[in-house]
Order: sequence, then C-alpha cells, then structure tokens
Amino acid sequence: MKKVLLLWVVSVFLAVSLSGCGGQSEKLTLNVYNWGEYISDGSEDSLDVNEEFENYCRDELGMEVSVNYTTYASNEDMYNKLKSGSATYDVVIPSEYMIEKMIAEDMLSPLDFSNIPNYQYIDDNFKNLFFDPDNTYSVPYTYGMVGIIYNSEMVAEEDLGSWDLLWNETYKGQILQFNNPRDAFGTAIYWAKDSVNSTDPAVWQSAVEKLKAQKPLIQSYVMDEIFNKMKNGSAAIAPYYAGDYLTMYDSNDLLGFYYPEEGTNVFVDAMCVPACAKNQELAELYINFMLEKEIAIANAEYIGYASPHTLVREDEDYIAYMQDWHDDAMEILYAQDSAVKTEYYESLDTDTLSLQNSLWETLKIENAVEPWIYMTAGTIVGALILFFLYSYFVKRYRNHY
Amino acid sequence: MKALSRIYTALIFIILYIPIVVLMLFSFNSTANTGDLTGLSLYWYRELFSSPDTFNALKNTLVLAVSASVISTVIGTAAAVGLCKFKKNFFKNSVLSVTNIPMMNPDIVTGISMMLLFVFLGTLLGRDEKLGFTTLLIAHVTFCLPYVILSVRPKILTMPRSLPEAAQDLGCTPLQSFFKVELPQILPGVISGFILAFTLSLDDFVISYFTTGNDFQTLPLLIYSMTKKEVKPDIYALSTLMILTVTVLLILSNVSSKEKSTERRLTL
Repeated sequence: MKKVLLLWVVSVFLAVSLSGCGGQSEKLTLNVYNWGEYISDGSEDSLDVNEEFENYCRDELGMEVSVNYTTYASNEDMYNKLKSGSATYDVVIPSEYMIEKMIAEDMLSPLDFSNIPNYQYIDDNFKNLFFDPDNTYSVPYTYGMVGIIYNSEMVAEEDLGSWDLLWNETYKGQILQFNNPRDAFGTAIYWAKDSVNSTDPAVWQSAVEKLKAQKPLIQSYVMDEIFNKMKNGSAAIAPYYAGDYLTMYDSNDLLGFYYPEEGTNVFVDAMCVPACAKNQELAELYINFMLEKEIAIANAEYIGYASPHTLVREDEDYIAYMQDWHDDAMEILYAQDSAVKTEYYESLDTDTLSLQNSLWETLKIENAVEPWIYMTAGTIVGALILFFLYSYFVKRYRNHY
Repeated sequence: MKALSRIYTALIFIILYIPIVVLMLFSFNSTANTGDLTGLSLYWYRELFSSPDTFNALKNTLVLAVSASVISTVIGTAAAVGLCKFKKNFFKNSVLSVTNIPMMNPDIVTGISMMLLFVFLGTLLGRDEKLGFTTLLIAHVTFCLPYVILSVRPKILTMPRSLPEAAQDLGCTPLQSFFKVELPQILPGVISGFILAFTLSLDDFVISYFTTGNDFQTLPLLIYSMTKKEVKPDIYALSTLMILTVTVLLILSNVSSKEKSTERRLTL
C-alpha cells in the first residue's frame, strides 16, 4: 500500500514537471487566442488550418512550430485576460471597437507589413478604418452585418423592412433580443436613426425607453440559443449576424433575412499582435498564412461570415459553395457594397459606457423581481429566525432544571 | 399511500434524468437540429473523433482532474488523520473552520484572489508565463481539499481508537499501523472523497477561467467559448460518452464493494 501511494505521488510530480518543461525544447510555440468556432478546424471534412500552418513551417521553412490555439467567448473576456497580465498571446482577433481601445491603451504591437505581403489582397474598404487609421496594428479577418431573421410562415410580408418589426405587437412573445447591452441598445438606436456612438445621454435614455416598451413583447434575451429557437420555430423574429443566418437557413429553409432600412451595425474582426507577444515574426508569418487564398477560403466557408479578402470573394468554387447554402448567400453577405446604411461600433468613453451599463441594469432588473418573491423570502427568513430563537430558549429552559 | 410514494419517487427520477436522456437522444441526431429528430446516426460521434480541439480539451480536463483529485486526497486524508489527533478542541475547531473557507467562499472570489496571487508571485519571480497547468492544479487542489477532509473525518471518528492502539501494542510502528489498520478502515471515506474531488475538478468553470494560462484549455472553458456561435452536437456525443463511463465506473465500484462485504462476513 505504501509503495503504491509513493508511486502515485512520484508519478504525479513527474507528470507535472515534465509538462512544465515539455514546451521548452527547440520547438517554437505560437499562442493564438481566437473566438470559439472561428477557424476551419478539420471538423466536418474541412481543412485543419492550424495543422496546415505547422506543416507549412516544417516543410517549407524547416521550422518546428506548434500552434497553441485557445478560444474566448467575447471581446471583453479576451481583453480582461490580456489586461490582467496573466497570460501572453502572439495573435488575437478582436473586433473593431476593442482594437481601438487596445491601441489607446498601448496593448497592441505595430506590425511589420513587409512580413505580410498577402495584405495586398485585402479590400480597400477595410483599410484605414477609424480604429486603425494608419493601418499599423491590424489585418482584417472577417466582417459582417446585423440584420433581422424572421420565420416566413409566422411573419406577414408587409411587416418586413424596418427595425419596427422588433416592436410589432402582433408578434408578442415570439421576438428575441440580444442579451448584451451594446447590441440591444444598437437595435433601438438604429431604429431612431441616431448614432450608436453618440455621447448624448438623451439618445441613450430614449433608447432604454424603447427597450422597456419592447420588454413585454420579448420572449427572451438570448445569444447562442438563438440558433435553436429560430431553427425549430419556437421564435419568429430575431436580430443576428448575416453569416449565422446562413447557418440557420441550412436547417430551416422557412427562415428569411433582411437588413433594416434605417441602417444597421457592421463589424470587423481583425488579427492583431499584442504588445506582450514573444514571437512577433512568427505571429506575422501566421497572419500572412491566414491570408493565403486557399486558407482564407477554408475559413470563410467554415465560419460563414463575409471575408475582406478580394480573392475569396471572386473565387468561383467559394461562390458555388455559398450558393449551395442559400441562393442569395453572396448578396446577403456582401451587401455592404449595395445600399445598406451601416455604422461601426466605436469604443465608448467611460461616462457613456457606464451610463449604458447602468441603463441596461435598470432594463434587466425592472419587473424581474416581483413583490411576492420578496414577501415569501422575508416570511421564510423571519420564520427561521423565530424557530432558532424558540429552540434556543427551550434549550436554556430545559438546562435550567 | 404506498402507490403515492411510488409515483412521487418515479416523478423525482424522471425530472432528474430526463435532461440526460434528451441529451443522449440528440447526440444520435443526424443533423444539428435540436427540436426535431431527423433520423438516427452516429454522425456526431464520427465528428467528435475527428476534432482535435475537443479531444485536446478532454485530455487536459482528465489530466487535471486526476492529478488534482489524487493530490487533494493524499493531503486531505493526512489532514483529517492529523486533525483527529489534536488534543485541544480550540485548535481543532479553528483549523477545521479555516480549511472549510475555500468551500464556503463563492467560486468567483476564490478564482479572482488566486489569479491576483499567481500574477503577483509570477511578476515577483520574473516569469513570462504567470499562469498555466501548475497554477490551475494548485487552485483545483485548494477547492477540492475541504471536501476530502469532510468525507474522511467521520470515518476516522467512528473507527474504534483501540484498533490502532492494539496494532501498536502488537509491535507495529505508528506508520505500519496507519497503513495496515487505519487506512483499510477509512478507505471508503477516502474513496468517496477522491470521487467527489474528481467530479468537482472535472466540471469547475469559474476558478479555472481565472487561473488558467494560454496553453491549457479545459472542456468547460472550451464549451463556454463556443457560445457566441453554436454549441455543436459533438459536445452532446462527448457528454453521452462521459455519462456512460461514469455509470459503468459506479456500477463496477458498487459490485466490487458488495463482493468484498460478503467476503468479510464469511471470514468472520
């Protein structure tokens, strides 16, 4: 027994120390931090991009590289992980407003574009954007726009076209809304044709009034549950990203999609190198590799979002693949070229951000806790206190004799 | 009355197990639809075995859970044995309440404070990577420890003190008497403590979220990161496999302990 126990302890410590120094031998490690489900990873017969990169480094450049790929669920998760200084990454892929914020806080490192020749293929519309005006920090990866997804069996055609569908009383209990403040406020502000980057508190106040009025009509505030709810028809209307609409349409062809006429949100997710990166050159090599035509196509087909890569958009196989999903896939994904009015989310200043968050709290808390819950909880706590007091005194009384 | 109690029991079991049954059912679905079964197939199981990320996360989770539960079982058992040998009640009780703090503390407080400590120490020691497998392991051992102590202690308290004393009278060294007499007596408590620690470590999200570094993603962290897009049914398949494994293990351990207890009765 003693020996077995000792063996266990020794083997565990060995395992710990081995795993601690395993990565240190000659092999280079590239730490990539990306959104979940945001790269072609070899599932469902797709190309495993990270493995391809390792092969490319070994066969073409004679380097042993291992890609250490981890994922996050939101820009804020990624930001906090980096900001806490607890982990270092070589490549991250945040959205535009987060890039703006990270540049302002010196968290990104300028790129050497002579190592990224494939940058020439990026569409000019995605160069010199507001978050990186001189193109020093970021290389666009995907982009997309928010639109409204509806079930054509449950929604009448004459109601379509505008954001007001989300406030339409006819569809009470069948409407979904974003469960994050920025996107939810966005729907109300775009509807009012104001700017989503406004610093005027009145804009945010009127938006929260609209959201409060909408609340009784809403089935629930959701993020990824939207997929199942729309696919199986348990909700009729939801705002979400165009690329994800195509995924939903793949399992339910009753679903329709349009961009609201008042204007909508456009986002760009771009590859950046954090200031703490340990291997900048390798990171730039990886970014360049992601822009190789074949790789970019594999990613665009897997993710289903629009690609800012000009060769992808013109590739016939890619177009055929997307049209196999949905006849109008290309028109929907790449609608920015046509007449849809769009506005980016910019990084909000602290005052506006805290106003937005506090208004969001009031919206979410309002009516959520009904008085009878307070009353029941109060009664239970009171009864417990009385019971303890009673048993305490009974005990003392008994001990007395 | 009897029928009523049976219905009640059945109802409780149905409510407990229906989510798992539904999950297993949909892991055999032929499309990614939840809501309607479009046909039975092993498609998602094939998908699961061809996706390296999920498998890597599963491997990480298992390595972490096994090492964390082994270490915390060893430390926890030693702590429980030591605690019972304390003479002064005051010391015993204060040490017990201190070890219970990680259990009572909200996970988020434990997680953030651990992260701060590790980052602070890492900066002090000038390390590049402040968080990683080692810090994650320390955090997991910390929150598993009180549960092990809690399940081992009652076994020691109910064990007759005369047993180890008799062993030592008959010539055992204290260490021998511990391994030959005490440990077999408290083994059920040690094993249940181990299982508890294992499951706790397996599904911890909050503490892992704060204390993991850039190279070690566990399964709960991976699944959470999928929630902006869709959680794919290969995760259902993975969960089904995990549930089946756990069930088989439980049945095996029950069967073996039953055999042992009948054996013992016969020898007595």
